[in-house]
Amino acid sequence: MDYQNILTTCTYCGCGCNFFLEVLDGELTGTIPCKTSPVNEGKLCIKGWNVHEFVQSDKRLKRPMIRKNGNLEEVSWDEALDYTAARLKTVKAEKGSDAVGFFASAKVTCEENYLMQKFARAAVGTNSVDHCARL
Amino acid sequence: MTNGVAELEHSDVIFIIGSNTATSHPLVATRIFRAIENGAKVIVADPRKNQIADFADQYIRHKPGTDVALLNGMMKVILDNGLHDQAFIDANTESFEGVKAVLEHLDLDASAATCGVPVEQIEQIAKDFGSADKASIVYCMGITQHTNGVNNVKSLANLAMLTGNIGRASTGVNPLRGQNNVQGACDMGGLPNVYTGYQPVTLGAANKKFAQAWDVDELPSGIGLTIPEMFSKIESDDLHALWIMGENPVVSDPDANHVEKALEKVDLLIVQDIFLTPTAKLADVVLPGASFAEKDGTFVNTERRVTRVRKAIEPVGDSKPDWEIIQEVSTRFGYAMAYESPGEIFEEIARLTPSYTGISYERLEGEGIQWPCPSEDHPGTPFLHRDGKFTRGKGLFHAIEYQPPAEVVDEEYPFWLTTGRVYAHYHTGTMTRNSESLDFEVSQGFLEIHPDDAKALLVNDGEPIQIASRRGEITTRIMVTERVEPGVVFMPFHFEESNINKLTNPAYDPIAKIPELKVCAVKLFKAAS
Repeated sequence: MDYQNILTTCTYCGCGCNFFLEVLDGELTGTIPCKTSPVNEGKLCIKGWNVHEFVQSDKRLKRPMIRKNGNLEEVSWDEALDYTAARLKTVKAEKGSDAVGFFASAKVTCEENYLMQKFARAAVGTNSVDHCARL
Repeated sequence: MTNGVAELEHSDVIFIIGSNTATSHPLVATRIFRAIENGAKVIVADPRKNQIADFADQYIRHKPGTDVALLNGMMKVILDNGLHDQAFIDANTESFEGVKAVLEHLDLDASAATCGVPVEQIEQIAKDFGSADKASIVYCMGITQHTNGVNNVKSLANLAMLTGNIGRASTGVNPLRGQNNVQGACDMGGLPNVYTGYQPVTLGAANKKFAQAWDVDELPSGIGLTIPEMFSKIESDDLHALWIMGENPVVSDPDANHVEKALEKVDLLIVQDIFLTPTAKLADVVLPGASFAEKDGTFVNTERRVTRVRKAIEPVGDSKPDWEIIQEVSTRFGYAMAYESPGEIFEEIARLTPSYTGISYERLEGEGIQWPCPSEDHPGTPFLHRDGKFTRGKGLFHAIEYQPPAEVVDEEYPFWLTTGRVYAHYHTGTMTRNSESLDFEVSQGFLEIHPDDAKALLVNDGEPIQIASRRGEITTRIMVTERVEPGVVFMPFHFEESNINKLTNPAYDPIAKIPELKVCAVKLFKAAS
């Protein structure tokens, strides 16, 4: 039996509460608020207390998909990544850099947002990157 | 936020406007409750009497979309009674004359009538706010999601500067950021006009610096498109590919039917998410990302605090951390990326971003760091504009006059609709509605309506109602409550099966391009049971 507590930051609102995720043999089993966090000082809201529940939901997307004959079908990562890159290249070549737009995300990490805007600006050549800050 | 969350505990007056704090930011509300215990006066202004209003000294129910009328009225009272901080204004600000002229010509009775608040109440809160030593302003999307959202925010900045309530602990203009990492996404240049740390894409020096760091000959220097503009460009055949990472615009954006049509039309739609959202269902390619529990990285909270996110479990199924997905696509696209870890990406961010220069994963092992943090020995910055020293030099006043919302009620659409969140759910419900305990709390959408209106429509609590705007219609059940006044209805936007954003108005602020999600006109009918 392998039990661990991992200190991390909540994925819901902008408060940024810190807690430990309880992991038992690779499964998330609970959330323990962090008492030394300057933000939440050992407290959590109802969403925070239950944040571990959605992560391993059966409904999580588990494999990449491509639309074929009108339906989304599971494919390998190689096929999905090659297809994505090739189609983006075609749009850029045929319609120009500004024919491509990007939604970065308030839900993913800083590092991931950084990479998305870097890809948009340096690789595709467009500044059309935005996210839901307005929504 | 200009100031830190914990500082709220020591404010003398906290003015909350357009924020459902107890529901949407519970751990900020905790600090406000402590401030009340410490003797602070709390003023809540909101068209809907939300939970935190139950604890306020003064609750102001102004009409939807009339914030500027209320704030100008308050500022007039402050100025007329000499409660403004002339020394602060003289030393630290400019263009006050314009605001003064607007306020001197303002008819307080007319402003009061516009916002539907008695003159005496405006006078009372203005005096309370104006005479406080340390007054904090707290706001949220109730201020920003309007066609005059920028003017609303500037009015709050005016109020803070007018009374010298900025640049000191327990004061400030404090927007509560709605999403865990919306601050980080902005800081990282997830915006069409700036690179990381708000360095403008149009500025030669920044443009050159990033081109060099990213090893490309040149970078585009024209401002890119915002989200609403991207949808318009899809319609006009100018935008042909869209990559959406971790967003669900079909549920979150105004005029959802229109958004759906645009996403169906675009030639290539790439959606990267952790669930098959209504947006992902329209995609040509779906890329399964990993959740926050399955990867390393950083988030930035509403008080600009950068904290660590740590991997607790392996990615579910074959999903991958989003940074790995972007890196792999980029390399196959022909622009090679070979980061070993998020830590390596963060080092690059710190190198290129003056406000992040002193931040590193090592330093984030403790309590996190509030930016700006310009060097490795800098402790971070709990509050901005210390001693009235603003980023641009002097604090700039803006003379602002009231303008009505883009859509107002009329005979055909006689009810004001406003939207928001409930305590158990989060945004479009992608995560919370897949959480058994939370979905059990509130499992379906509802429309809050005043008892008088419910009676006139012959609909009882819990019964179905049809609600329609010029853009769409849905059916939901009603919740009869005096949280809303007659003529105003409220609905949460978490529920895709009764998606209120099919009705909301996409008209947007000309500067921030933020849509007017908080006000539109609707009609109601009794629906067949």
